[in-house]
Amino acid sequence: MNIYQITFWILSLFTLAFAIGVIMSRNPINSVLFLILTFFCISGHYVLMNAQFLAIVNIIVYAGAIMVLFLFVIMLMNLNSDTEPQKNFLVQFAGVVSGGALLLIMVAAIKSSLTGLEGKNIDLINSTDIGLIKNLGTVLFTTYVFPFEIASVLFLSAMVGAVVLGKKDSALKTAE
Amino acid sequence: MILTAITLGFILEKVILVSIILGGSLGIAMYSTWAERKVAAVMQDRRGPNRAGPFGLFQPLADGLKLFMKEEIIPTLSNKFLFILGPSLAMLMACMTSAVIPWGPNIVHADGSVFTLQVADINIGILFIFGVVSLGVYGIMLGSWASNNKYSLLSGLRAAAQAVSYELAMGLSLIALVMMSGSLSMREIVEQQHGFWNNGYFTWNFFKQPLAFVIFIVCSFAELNRAPFDLSECESELVGGYHTEFSSMKLGFYLFAEYINMFITSIILSSLFFGGYNYPGMDWVALHVSPLFVSIIGVLVLLGKAVAFILFFMFIRWTLPRFRYDQLMDLGWKSLIPLALFNMLVTGAIILAFQK
Amino acid sequence: MILLEAFSTPVNYFPILIQLVLAIGFVIVMMGATHLLGPKRKTTDKLENFECGIEQEGNARQPLAVKYFLVAILFVLFDVEVIFFYPYAINFRELGWNGFIAVVMFVAFFILGFTYIIKKGALNWED
Repeated sequence: MNIYQITFWILSLFTLAFAIGVIMSRNPINSVLFLILTFFCISGHYVLMNAQFLAIVNIIVYAGAIMVLFLFVIMLMNLNSDTEPQKNFLVQFAGVVSGGALLLIMVAAIKSSLTGLEGKNIDLINSTDIGLIKNLGTVLFTTYVFPFEIASVLFLSAMVGAVVLGKKDSALKTAE
Repeated sequence: MILTAITLGFILEKVILVSIILGGSLGIAMYSTWAERKVAAVMQDRRGPNRAGPFGLFQPLADGLKLFMKEEIIPTLSNKFLFILGPSLAMLMACMTSAVIPWGPNIVHADGSVFTLQVADINIGILFIFGVVSLGVYGIMLGSWASNNKYSLLSGLRAAAQAVSYELAMGLSLIALVMMSGSLSMREIVEQQHGFWNNGYFTWNFFKQPLAFVIFIVCSFAELNRAPFDLSECESELVGGYHTEFSSMKLGFYLFAEYINMFITSIILSSLFFGGYNYPGMDWVALHVSPLFVSIIGVLVLLGKAVAFILFFMFIRWTLPRFRYDQLMDLGWKSLIPLALFNMLVTGAIILAFQK
Repeated sequence: MILLEAFSTPVNYFPILIQLVLAIGFVIVMMGATHLLGPKRKTTDKLENFECGIEQEGNARQPLAVKYFLVAILFVLFDVEVIFFYPYAINFRELGWNGFIAVVMFVAFFILGFTYIIKKGALNWED
């Protein structure tokens, strides 16, 4: 076992521990904090895989932007009591079934993706340079330029949606 | 294969470098508080701190000791864990930005080994800084929410909305710069500004991208919560701002984090736009003195530029009145973002048009 | 070439970990020191939240203006768009005019959304 694999296992352990912390903590703010830590660990994994651009984008976009939005919402929703409302049995049962189904799919997906990699050195897989910003940019703006433009249309619709939802409230207030 | 380069000597070297940088930035932050009071005094025709030591030079030490000896108060209605986490995070993020800054030219020993005056030379240095800056908002948000004080919460909200708004313009303004340099590595951007004059034109990025510099420095004022953008701690409306409930070193952390951030921002401004450790006539100097002194002069030049920026931040604080909140948001969203986009497209078109 | 290779491996990120560990250690030591050094004379009045001298009224954590959420949502969207420009800025000399046209189209959509937001008054703080 080389130092790379040791790092991988330690990092994975932390990732899983924080991820479990997200769903186990009763206070939603603590959940958000655990989620941020999980994102950091995932960024660590990206760095180990030499996908440096993805690592830093994961921090900027997920930990730095989306989690700020989450925190905004949670902080201002008057969540002073730490207790979660108790769900009824049917909801719990549905949750177990859907969670189990998701687990099954993920295990199957990972198993099928591993078939081509057997016997290969893990260092070889991880020493690719495709995650570096230079290569990523070249691919994004030549091969995948059409999805890139489609993404901008997606952003446009998201902006419209946000404005429609956000302004509706204040329009009602002035009407009253 | 990948991690073989890590030896004990390497770790020790980095630990020493990091300790010097952290200690140094803390020391500079402490003396920035002294300088701020002296500058304020000079501009208002007063004397400023002059009791502790000559010219009041021991004042920051006395202040630090006072903060340590004060009672630690955690309000009963607050969230205790987050109340401690808030200032800690603010300080932690202030300490992390310095990791990718090249402090001086590499010291090449006689045996060919190289000592880099940079903690981590990563090829996405600028994005790393943005990552840390975007996390800086957590310290304020968590601290203000945990206090369970109405003024703190309002101030924290204001600070968070202000920080995220100006982060966008900040990120956009640097894209034009990255287009010119073709790299996100801080080291490479600084190296490209070698000297002062080359092929009949200035090498420093300020002369190539003045608009980007103006946008960036306005955004840094906002990110630092400094006047004229200190809406989050305007004492006339919000008592003390987001740190109203904090006492002892927890308050000190918020204040010191602000001054460390100001120092690091000054370093970043001088590295990106004013040539970092480059200065006119540096090639001549490199020929005439030993490599160690070349590096030391480089570090001093960088620190000198940073001190000039810190003084500029202070002059602005005691000159301009505070913005109104709607003016602040309008400036960020409706002026700086379109301006930065325009700058980016024009830069791109010009470079492509003149490219052979 | 050797330098370039050394440029892009996970080893380069190891010193950041060192700095993180040292910074966390520094923060913990300082927090511990101030906890131990200061006096501890707590009274109920002292531990009450500050509200300009009067007794605390209600709870601070109340729902606030929706504008802050709107700013946060728009920030997330714009942030992702800004991130997209960075890989372009690194490569744009090689991509030439084709890449430039792609980005101009992207920016056109960006500006379309932006003008919509401004026209709708979503960023008007006073209304």
